[in-house]
Amino acid sequence: MAGILIDKVAKQFGNAVALQEISLTVADGEFVALLGPSGCGKTTLLRIIAGLEVQSSGKVVIGERDVSALKPSERGLAMVFQNYAVFPHMTVFENVAFGLRMKGAGQARVEAQVRKAAALLHIEEYLGRYPAKLSGGQRQRVAVARALAVEPAVLLMDEPLSNLDALLRLEMRAELRSVLREAGTTTIYVTHDQTEAMGLADRIAVMHGGHIVQIDTPTTIYSKPATRFVGGFVGSPPMNFVNTTATAGSARLGGITLASPVDGPIILGFRGEDARLTDAASGMPFKVKVAEPMGSHLLLTGHVGDDLARIVAPSSTRIGAGATLGLALDPTRIIWIDPQTGRTHPGA
Amino acid sequence: MPQPRWLPYLLIAPSVAFLAAFFLVPLGQTILLSFDGGQGFSLANYARMAGDLNFPTALRNTFALVIVVIPLQVALALVMGLMLQKMTRGRELVLWIWTIPLGVSDLAAGLVWLAILQDSGYLNTLLFQFGLISGPTAYLNSETPIALFFAVVLAEVWRATAIVLIILVAGIQLIPKEFGEAADIFGASPWTKFRKITLPLLKPSLQSALILRTVLAFEVFAVVYALGGRNFPIIVGEAYTWQNENQNYGVAAAYAVLVMAISLAATVIYLKALRVDPEAQA
Repeated sequence: MAGILIDKVAKQFGNAVALQEISLTVADGEFVALLGPSGCGKTTLLRIIAGLEVQSSGKVVIGERDVSALKPSERGLAMVFQNYAVFPHMTVFENVAFGLRMKGAGQARVEAQVRKAAALLHIEEYLGRYPAKLSGGQRQRVAVARALAVEPAVLLMDEPLSNLDALLRLEMRAELRSVLREAGTTTIYVTHDQTEAMGLADRIAVMHGGHIVQIDTPTTIYSKPATRFVGGFVGSPPMNFVNTTATAGSARLGGITLASPVDGPIILGFRGEDARLTDAASGMPFKVKVAEPMGSHLLLTGHVGDDLARIVAPSSTRIGAGATLGLALDPTRIIWIDPQTGRTHPGA
Repeated sequence: MPQPRWLPYLLIAPSVAFLAAFFLVPLGQTILLSFDGGQGFSLANYARMAGDLNFPTALRNTFALVIVVIPLQVALALVMGLMLQKMTRGRELVLWIWTIPLGVSDLAAGLVWLAILQDSGYLNTLLFQFGLISGPTAYLNSETPIALFFAVVLAEVWRATAIVLIILVAGIQLIPKEFGEAADIFGASPWTKFRKITLPLLKPSLQSALILRTVLAFEVFAVVYALGGRNFPIIVGEAYTWQNENQNYGVAAAYAVLVMAISLAATVIYLKALRVDPEAQA
């Protein structure tokens, strides 16, 4: 068990900057997700922590030990790859045993550890088989078992569920969470899927353009995004942004008035499920363009002024395209964004 | 529009007919010829082949060449292929240069090495200029069988390692780089990684390369003839001599059948020895 300290790690590939001075602390036993769109540098950061890539500057500390110059195998970590990287020419047993064998563990310990990891991931019955006979989900279990069998201080996962189909991904997500809770391993998990990050992580580090834009608990990331980018990237539907102008400390939107932190042009951010539907006169006017029944809720897409907005309404609501409604907002469930910087005004 | 079921057969018919006419028929004729003693079936041609003064030498020389050349080529090609994999820039150029010998005909390759190694060749000129030898020294006649053997080995390695290299490079590229990275993470040394990951996953390519290269090595002819003439008897060389100089087609056919039998046996051995369990494949 060990915490991780990433201190001003930067990486350039030739002239292209992949990471710009990233600093991040992960507590012992914590599960942190690196979340971001492709090309944001999340995988590069993970590979630097693993030692598969060398940072241009900065250092990586795992459990008080500076591992920046150490080989991957000397860092006390294990990794699960996006394409599983389960060795096809070895049985499941030998795959799970691989790390132990490389560390020179005796046969008794190998047996014990493999059985333990296999039991945790429910793959005992496949131990004698070759990976070619297994489904994608089963192979990913093998990859996770192989990583956990060495009882690593740190577990790195690179989009481990992205090659699985949707249903299996949901199932594996829940299972990964319980398995990793039980193992108590410090985990860094790279994903571009915000639901995965929300569901699994203790904290999420949202990355964009080689930076960590925000690092916080899933609920805070969701309800109080630090920038417009985070609000738009996290959550489905994404956060709504409405351009408005504030005067004398408040912004008037149709029938509602909201206190704003500064005067002048400003962007109001709110979640689609935080808006309550009222009649057009008493709320913020919302013109519905499309109404999509999603089963659990009704998704309304339309405009507030010139800005696109998506509202989550109860599934029992009877609203068709073309209707104009009013939206009421809870002042504690909104954010204000500076249109110049794209950053959220603090404390708002 | 549904395709008629006979269409695939119709489409492959020309190539089957071609192979049958120009490969299977001559093969059958050669086999028949080798057993034809003038009055029906006879082993006379084989008896004459085995009784020939050069036969044991030719057999020994050919096998010695195969046993030395093939492992050397495979080892070299493996090292070269893995080095290529590590390169980030200029890979294509290096691979291209390494495969140039493939474009040279085997007779031309033999002549190139003859120009280097003969009495008045480049090697002797160089050694003479450095004062290491006092005059033209022969390496390629019957008095220097070991030097001649290694000259042939050298020329064969130069000429035909690239075909093994190309097959192995293709195979190496098929191995996802994550396998190597996973091995690194879990603490495999470079040697262990090569032995436990790269080599087993390369088995299908190794098998193809070995079969192709071994069959061709048993048929080695032009390089040997250019360098040593009849000073270094080999099986196909003997077949050539019986066919063209002795005008005895029956014994030549017996030699041809012998080469075919050896090649088939080598192929079967490789197929068995390097068999990949279909379950254990990627």
